Amino acid sequence: MTPKEYESLNKQVSPNTKSWRTVPLAWLFGGIICCIGQGLGDLYRYLGLEEETSCACISVSLIFLAALLTGLGKYDNLAKYGGAGCLVPITGFSNAVASPALEFKSEGFILGLGAKMFVIAGPVIVYGTLASVVYGFIIWIFHLY
Amino acid sequence: MPYRIGKYTLKMEHSPSIESYASVGSKKESEGPLAAYFDLLEPDGYFGEKTWEKAESRIQREAINRALAKGNLDPSDIDYVFAGDLLNQCISSSFGLRELGIPLFGLYGACSTMAESLSLAGILVDSGAAVHCAAVTSSHFCTAERQFRFPLEYAGQRTPTSQWTVTGGGAVIVGHGQKAPYIHAITTGTVEDYGIKDANNMGAAMAPAAASTICRYFQDTGTTPEEYDLILTGDLGYVGTGLLYELTERQGYAIHKNHRDCGLLIFDREKQPDIYAGGSGCGCAASVLCGYILPQIQRGELQKVLFIATGALLSTTSCQQGETIPGIAHLVSLAHTPLEPGDDRQCQCSCHRVGGRKGG
Repeated sequence: MTPKEYESLNKQVSPNTKSWRTVPLAWLFGGIICCIGQGLGDLYRYLGLEEETSCACISVSLIFLAALLTGLGKYDNLAKYGGAGCLVPITGFSNAVASPALEFKSEGFILGLGAKMFVIAGPVIVYGTLASVVYGFIIWIFHLY
Repeated sequence: MPYRIGKYTLKMEHSPSIESYASVGSKKESEGPLAAYFDLLEPDGYFGEKTWEKAESRIQREAINRALAKGNLDPSDIDYVFAGDLLNQCISSSFGLRELGIPLFGLYGACSTMAESLSLAGILVDSGAAVHCAAVTSSHFCTAERQFRFPLEYAGQRTPTSQWTVTGGGAVIVGHGQKAPYIHAITTGTVEDYGIKDANNMGAAMAPAAASTICRYFQDTGTTPEEYDLILTGDLGYVGTGLLYELTERQGYAIHKNHRDCGLLIFDREKQPDIYAGGSGCGCAASVLCGYILPQIQRGELQKVLFIATGALLSTTSCQQGETIPGIAHLVSLAHTPLEPGDDRQCQCSCHRVGGRKGG
């Protein structure tokens, strides 16, 4: 049997992701997280914060909440249902930093927690920074004319 | 002395006996259908230790100590121990067994290690080089997850073909005793690779290895699947099992009637949906064999059983470098009664028998 034949056999046997269930759930969970963000923003403005400061505070609050839930061992349970809805918002980024920090604490604070904290988020930071440089360069070229 | 029949199979001349065995599981296993059959079910995943790795070492220690106690044996009675696990440099085995003072052969056969260690223990006892040998393997969900995949608390979703690593282990003591189960033969697998690259589909990566080892055993011994009460694979899960049926059928062996998979026995896919395609890990095959299957062979409820543990030979490095996942499967033929002298059918292939039978 060639690898190609085997791959098509594998596809026949393997169960597929139940997209009719996972996609609406991701939409729902992602939406709920965004609503919480909006609610917090409204609250901060009501309490007298300026527009820009309240936006920063929303991010900080969501990052804190997700890290807290990760530490309590609850965030991954939400993600079991929420999928990308829990992964894509800023809360997912917070989880991606907090979860390896927890996991690798047993290997020490420097080479364990400190070094491995960014095993998942690291590439996002690196390529995010690189993308913003490219973006900035394109903008700069357009502004020349 | 073991003697060769066919190219891949060794038959045991004196049918070494599995004198004693024990199985260990944890919380998830206690929620599964085989909960009643474990010797130890520890609800705390840490097994009272500080790290997951120490917990896995503890699993091996508990399994072998319980097997020794059940067989009224002392560590000093064991000539050699064959042990392995999934972690880098097999630390669960070497740390778990370091206090026992038994000469150790550390093995890595991924999830096939239970059959690999049992094969070697059988050979050494049957050859007369050892009176008692132990075979022990373990796996731990948390150590395997962090080595091969993501941190435990990471909010990723698993794919439907992924499998759940069993937190558990099993230990077997092989000796010259007159007690069922007996080891009749072993077939050692070759590395098989059909080009599967998805590390979340181990079943598909391992099924070709299982199929080739099973078919080679039938060819070497001239037996058929119907002659066995049970053909038990290690951890092919739902996907691998489906592929195994297809692959063996293409070679003319229909095994689905008496086939079961440890990964599908240990968990209930309906009631435990987060295991997805089934259980996996060295501890899966080991704990199901030692807890559920060996007692049935001992009581005579199962007369002849083929135990095929399957392993996916990947590493995180090979995966990240885009390599495919090779599989391996080793077979141990077990039975309620010892092999009759002269019960030695000629194999149907071009026989490579070497050595010939020698007296005791």
